[in-house]
Amino acid sequence: MKIDHSQPLEYSTEQNKMNILGFWIFLGAEIMLFATLFTSYFVYEDRIGSGPAGAEIFGITPVLFETFILLTSSFTIGLAIHAMRIQRTKAMLVFLGITLLLGAAFLGIEIYEFTHYYHVGATLQTSAFTAILLTTLGTHGAHVTFGLFWGLFIILQIRKRGLTPETANKSFIFSLYWHFLDVVWIFIFSFVYLKGMM
Amino acid sequence: MEFFDRFAVPHPSPLIYASMVAIGLTVMAIILGITYFKKWGYLWREWLTTVDHKRIGIMYIISALLMLFRGGADAVMMRLQTSVPDNAFLDAQHYNEVFTTHGVVMIFFMAMAFVIGLMNFVVPLQIGARDVAFPRLNAISFWLYFAGAMLFNISFVIGGSPDAGWTNYYPLASTDFSTSVGVNYYNWALQISGIGTLMTGINFIVTILKMRAPGMKLMKMPMFTWSALITNIIIVFAFPVLTIALLMGTFDRQFGTNFFTSVNGGMDMMWANLFWVWGHPEVYILILPAFGIYSEIISTFSRRNLYGYNSMVSSMAIISLLSFLVWVHHFFTMGHGALTNSIFSITTMAIAVPTGIKIFNWLLTMWKGKITFTVPMLYSVAFIPLFTIGGVTGVMLAMASADYQYHNTMFLVAHFHNVIIPGVVFAMLAGLTYWWPKMFGFMLNERIGKWAFWNLAIGFCLAFFPMYITGLDGQARRMYTYSEATGFGPLNMLSFLGAGIMAIGFVLIVYNVYYSFRHAPRNVGDDPWNARTLEWATHNPVPEYNFAITPQVDSSQAFWDSKKHGYQLFKDDLKDIHMPNNSGLPIIMAGLFFIFGFSFVFFIWAGVILSGIGILACMAYRSFEKDDGYHIPVKEVKETEEKFGGAKK
Amino acid sequence: MKFKWALLSLVFTISTVLIGCEPVLVLDPKGPQAETTANVIWLSIATMAVIVIVVFTLLVIILFKYRASKQSEDYEPPHIEGNHIVEGIIVGIPVLIIIFLSVVSVKSTYEVESVPKGYEDQEPLVIYASSSNWKWHFSYPEEDIETVNYVFIPTDRPVEFKLYSFGPITSFWVPQLAGQKYAMADMVTTLHLAAEVPGEYMGRNANFSGEGFAENIFNVTAMSQEEFDTWIDEIHATAEPLTEDEFDRLLEPGHLGQMTFTGTHLDFLPPPEGEHGGHNHGPSESESPSHMEHEYSDHEDHEHHDHGEHDNHDSHE
Repeated sequence: MKIDHSQPLEYSTEQNKMNILGFWIFLGAEIMLFATLFTSYFVYEDRIGSGPAGAEIFGITPVLFETFILLTSSFTIGLAIHAMRIQRTKAMLVFLGITLLLGAAFLGIEIYEFTHYYHVGATLQTSAFTAILLTTLGTHGAHVTFGLFWGLFIILQIRKRGLTPETANKSFIFSLYWHFLDVVWIFIFSFVYLKGMM
Repeated sequence: MEFFDRFAVPHPSPLIYASMVAIGLTVMAIILGITYFKKWGYLWREWLTTVDHKRIGIMYIISALLMLFRGGADAVMMRLQTSVPDNAFLDAQHYNEVFTTHGVVMIFFMAMAFVIGLMNFVVPLQIGARDVAFPRLNAISFWLYFAGAMLFNISFVIGGSPDAGWTNYYPLASTDFSTSVGVNYYNWALQISGIGTLMTGINFIVTILKMRAPGMKLMKMPMFTWSALITNIIIVFAFPVLTIALLMGTFDRQFGTNFFTSVNGGMDMMWANLFWVWGHPEVYILILPAFGIYSEIISTFSRRNLYGYNSMVSSMAIISLLSFLVWVHHFFTMGHGALTNSIFSITTMAIAVPTGIKIFNWLLTMWKGKITFTVPMLYSVAFIPLFTIGGVTGVMLAMASADYQYHNTMFLVAHFHNVIIPGVVFAMLAGLTYWWPKMFGFMLNERIGKWAFWNLAIGFCLAFFPMYITGLDGQARRMYTYSEATGFGPLNMLSFLGAGIMAIGFVLIVYNVYYSFRHAPRNVGDDPWNARTLEWATHNPVPEYNFAITPQVDSSQAFWDSKKHGYQLFKDDLKDIHMPNNSGLPIIMAGLFFIFGFSFVFFIWAGVILSGIGILACMAYRSFEKDDGYHIPVKEVKETEEKFGGAKK
Repeated sequence: MKFKWALLSLVFTISTVLIGCEPVLVLDPKGPQAETTANVIWLSIATMAVIVIVVFTLLVIILFKYRASKQSEDYEPPHIEGNHIVEGIIVGIPVLIIIFLSVVSVKSTYEVESVPKGYEDQEPLVIYASSSNWKWHFSYPEEDIETVNYVFIPTDRPVEFKLYSFGPITSFWVPQLAGQKYAMADMVTTLHLAAEVPGEYMGRNANFSGEGFAENIFNVTAMSQEEFDTWIDEIHATAEPLTEDEFDRLLEPGHLGQMTFTGTHLDFLPPPEGEHGGHNHGPSESESPSHMEHEYSDHEDHEHHDHGEHDNHDSHE
């Protein structure tokens, strides 16, 4: 394995470069995935059948908390990558840990939000609108859940193996993933919640 | 026993029972045979766990051929059923299942697999790479495809086949109207193999962008590699749409949501839209690699460079863009008004321009050439006129007002078979014959190959041209029978005869493989076709490391230049070669995906949860695994090269 | 290449045989809309034939002239990159053809999507055509009658079919009068046509809709306005009224013969347009699809049952 020391660790081998490019392309596919969900959401937005409309069920408080928490986690993972670049393994682990905790908190609030929808009678079966709402949120939530496990594994690997080209590469790719989820959330926040509450 | 009732076939018939027995016997025979010849170890080590792009490619192609015969049997059954009026060979329900599985199997599990198989085998060789960018992921892609294909294929003996057409329009596909688990199979089989395809897309884009031999600029790539690159870009952008559509369909059928129903805000047209937003690009996912293959073959057997290389590339790029902008033409009759239809009518017809450029470029490639009619070239030469007919009928269909009369008729069926068979199937057979010596080190028999070709070409014309007429005469597609008074009888009989002739052609191809395996000479050399592109610069069959020395390239037909102009391809010395390790993980994961899909189809939640945990465990294992591959020492490379008749210089 | 010729002659034989036969339905129009589409089809066939002939000719010439067996051993084909003039031609001419066809396509699409030419100032006859598995129900709201699986229309008068479905998407198609249009459960689509020649025409659902799809056909009879009026009067005199229960039975999956009623189902089961459209479907409107829930095994019973009734109501056979 040739290691190019003039490059940051996560870019230092050919395989690493390919991993990162591959992941960018994967994110392209993810953009299409969420774009399809958003398009469907806009189509179904007003098709509420006998169920509630968005404005009737959305609560601003949990959504603001979720947004704030996820944005912060995006910032902390940025710090983690910065720490990685300057070889501060411990700081990096701390920031990664904070990121995951924030992610878990986000997920907790989202689960609370879902139970709230359930209680006010907005379930998957209620109407096309509630179904697409829960599917869109759920797909994002499932991505966050997956990210929690993934991040956890990366933390364990860094603790065990230290910062190697591989672990650095994985961490960097994970940070791309996490930023991406944040971007998707900003879209959800603006086009689902804000638009719905207007 | 109540648990097992769900697996019963809802519409049994002697035909299905016979297939059950046949499947059981074949599986037993295969298992016994492998055990008897003590081949389990070999199979596991060399094939099931392989990450070698060449072997994965070959496994794709074998699976595609198997699926071709499954889908082909369906086709012959359909043509037999409609060959005479009021035929009672199949009843309506069975006919519906047969044309549904025919469509799905042929598109997803035959054509896609064939295309991806050839890409797998050829692309890394054409760009002078050791393997693809992510060999392990490549194996996962294959096994996911395979799991999906198997899941789909067991539907007709366990629980019932889907019966809503390969387009699976809702609300027909909803639980209200399609009561068996068939459409659940459709959703999960396509979902699983679709994930595999998406991974292939990512893998090949990175491979082509990052792993080209030194000197091979983008505009110096062989045309097949170009077509593969563009195809994979389309895959990455189109397949997520299908993923979501299938997910919504699954939710509707299995969790009672109202996406595509007629109540509580559901909208049945939404499925049609999502399906075709994926579905039209899918057409080009199939045809662009075929264009690439024809470009290679026509150039090789005309002894000329490809005419208009730049315009070939840009026309493919334009086609790929347009492919996302035409999906509404699949349902002009849905009533979105004249304006929408006019717009999509124009975008659709616009595709004819870049396609026309390609046709003329191929003609101009042959112009002033020195044409030899080998089997691959025969397919390519037949492709041009037949595909032109398919293309111009496509333009006819694109005229919205006229489409109101063609839509849903045999005219449409004739058109898309007219582009897919001479376009895709002929290309795959041509490519398979062309690269066969690369794969196995011997050539397929030309004489039998020509017989097969003529059967296919003539059978095709007989089978599909009459459908243009019956379509215009009012024969809707997917009718399991018709009355004598309609007068469709004679032309449908002609179609059946054509289908029979095509079937003979396919059998001849199989016979050719057997015959050539037994009798063909093994010393064909490394360049039996006098070819032009880089994949022919290594040995036949290709050693596991592809190229002993990484080639250096200066044109799109580097190998030709090295033969004719003495260009030096291999300038370095032999070095240790780094190779990826084999892994059992892909096949195990795919097995778990199969169980996951199967359990989901039948609402067996325990199976869903357990296999789901298993899949995640595999990913976790992979995350912690340290796998740096291994090195083939110089000495061993040297020995291998000697065995193939000396190192290439 | 004698094979090419074999192929060509095959195509020719097939097409001559077919042209020799009586004209196919789509190219034998009996009304202005179908005539428009037939003209577009002929025009496109002619244009496309030119392209096909050009490609075929070039191919045959090239294959003849440049095959290896005709050339000397040492002939080495030249290296030709491309030529801007040639590329201009192979782009330019197709572009011109496509522009021409686009104009035709857009113009004719607007034509068939509106009231037939020359009929603009006549009051159209409105007929609601709804499909259920696997029948067509024709409701005449003005005339207050309803038929099953057959429809009578006056000649030389614009007819507006309002299409919707009580089940899967279907496609309303009378090849000799007009092209298709989908009938769907949550909206009403409109198909304009007019018949200029009296006669009986085949109509069918062209979009696959399940087990009974192949037999999902209906008859269109075009007749003069006077005859049509007489027919309406006759029905009011002889046919039974359509009750809600009766209509529920009609909706059950299966095939029925031709039936005739007074009154329409539109009164008690409004079509999905306006306030009843798909956008705000509540559970109150969810009844109609429940009609479609069924067991496949029931079919034959229904059919027998319905045939009995068919004799009572049918005034035309």
